[in-house]
Amino acid sequence: MLLKGASHRTKITDDINTDYIISGRYKFKIQDPYELAKHVMEDLDPDFFSKITKGDFIVAGRNFGCGSSREQAPMSIKYAGISAVIAKSFARIFYRNCFNLGLPLIECDTDNIDDGDALEIDLDKGILKNITKSLEIKIKPFPKTMQTLLEDGGLVSHFKKHKGFGL
Amino acid sequence: MGKTIAEKILSAHSGKDANAGDIVIADLDFMIGQDGTSGVAIDVFNKMEGGKVFDPSKVAIIIDHSSPSPNEGVSAIHKKIREFSKAQGISLFDIGCGVCHQITPEMGFVVPGNLVIGADSHTCTYGAINVFSTGIGSTDLAAGMISGKLWFKVPETIKFQINGKWPKGVFSKDLILKIIGDIGADGATYMATEFVGPAIEDLSVDARFTISNMAIEMGGKAGLMNADKKTIEWVRSHSKKTFTPVESDKDAKFAKTMEYDVSKLSPQIAKPHTVDNVSPIEAIEGLEIQQGFIGTCTNGRLEDLEIAAKILKGKKVNAGCRLIVAPASKSIFIEAMKKGLVQTIMDAGGVFVTPGCGPCVGTHNGVPSDGEKVLSTANRNFKGRMGNNKAEIYLGSPATVAASVIEGKIADSRKYM
Repeated sequence: MLLKGASHRTKITDDINTDYIISGRYKFKIQDPYELAKHVMEDLDPDFFSKITKGDFIVAGRNFGCGSSREQAPMSIKYAGISAVIAKSFARIFYRNCFNLGLPLIECDTDNIDDGDALEIDLDKGILKNITKSLEIKIKPFPKTMQTLLEDGGLVSHFKKHKGFGL
Repeated sequence: MGKTIAEKILSAHSGKDANAGDIVIADLDFMIGQDGTSGVAIDVFNKMEGGKVFDPSKVAIIIDHSSPSPNEGVSAIHKKIREFSKAQGISLFDIGCGVCHQITPEMGFVVPGNLVIGADSHTCTYGAINVFSTGIGSTDLAAGMISGKLWFKVPETIKFQINGKWPKGVFSKDLILKIIGDIGADGATYMATEFVGPAIEDLSVDARFTISNMAIEMGGKAGLMNADKKTIEWVRSHSKKTFTPVESDKDAKFAKTMEYDVSKLSPQIAKPHTVDNVSPIEAIEGLEIQQGFIGTCTNGRLEDLEIAAKILKGKKVNAGCRLIVAPASKSIFIEAMKKGLVQTIMDAGGVFVTPGCGPCVGTHNGVPSDGEKVLSTANRNFKGRMGNNKAEIYLGSPATVAASVIEGKIADSRKYM
């Protein structure tokens, strides 16, 4: 699978927590995921949502998604049109939640990706191309369990297909 | 090769010889959701064509995050939860019952050796009573409610050996803040943690919950402790379920072991805006605050209110400062009233809100203003956490908060002991 889009980074790069991704001010009262998505990363950059074109990427440093188990965090990223999050590492609950929703998380070195860079990810070859900087970055392969969940389109369709866990 | 607590519990619940790194599908003993996560879980349950919950006696939903509802959006989610709980015959703890992580052990739902999931990141709290419990998202909770199972990657374990004698005015909160400051917000990502040693054995079960509760703040999947005599007495006084405690083997393989001596520990403060930004009290005392908050799944228990009341007795909350208290459960609130703690804290100028999460998650009950500094006993100080991204949140023990609201600035609780 080939993913193409632009990089979106915020000033804070490490330990971006789920409160930053979607604030408790919204997540506890808004049920419509498209409405929630309008507030994605708002506390770090009030204009974050308006800069996204469908298919773009969020790019960050270490421990992206730490904090609360709120699934509204990956939901608001997905419904904002982001096709994958790229970071050096991810927090555990957020990691599960994203693959459960069919949203791929790319683990690789992100030091050479700036805000606005054009990126292309070849998931089959495990390569991220930074078109803007003419660089190739190797990405960590998905564990088998996560690959299966992604191929099935997330846990809901996986669960229905296998009538339970088919992992 | 010996096994850790995590490997033993995941082996027993999956029927496999589970070792760190393995993927297992395991049977769940109990699962919970709260009002911030259960609305989505119910939607996913229906999308998965869940029909009936696998065993209604093993599922509970607790309305604690925004309770009572502050607006119509939350009210709609609460209504959805009430209707689902009634239709499925599962336990519902409605407004005012308390925080999910106090209710679940207090009601005796979980006992040593259990495997438990919760759609709340602080589900790791029950590790203090020897339960492998971990936070998951709403979709995982839906799958668990339907099948009674979930897949797990068996984690490696970091062992924390805690030695020494507790100095007066230094508490389990100070220790866990110190550890998180040392290891960092991702220092235990995807790993279980075990806390052992004489200083852990000296703590009450209430104080132990505080440590396990914050394992997630270093990325941990579980915050485990052995079940000693105190644990067993505590669990027997809350639950009729039978259980077998689980301990790590002497030759179990740990990812690493870290040793601490609490004798030399001073009160600790986590500064804005991350939990691992920790300083000893000496480096920060004197900083003016406008609000103190005592409560949450970290520090809203009876012992916490006792410590605060003892410091506040006969004193007044500073004129430039407010004190908000949210007991972690209704039964704690009632017990605190019987003991006169509520009267003492109110006489000093403290304000009580409904048992539950209180102002911790930023939906109600004390949203700070722009530029205000809050000192809280909660587990998170992320920017915007309490509902205003222009406020600053500091974290400390109930003793530190009680001492600080008297002075209107961050204060060393040891001088009030």
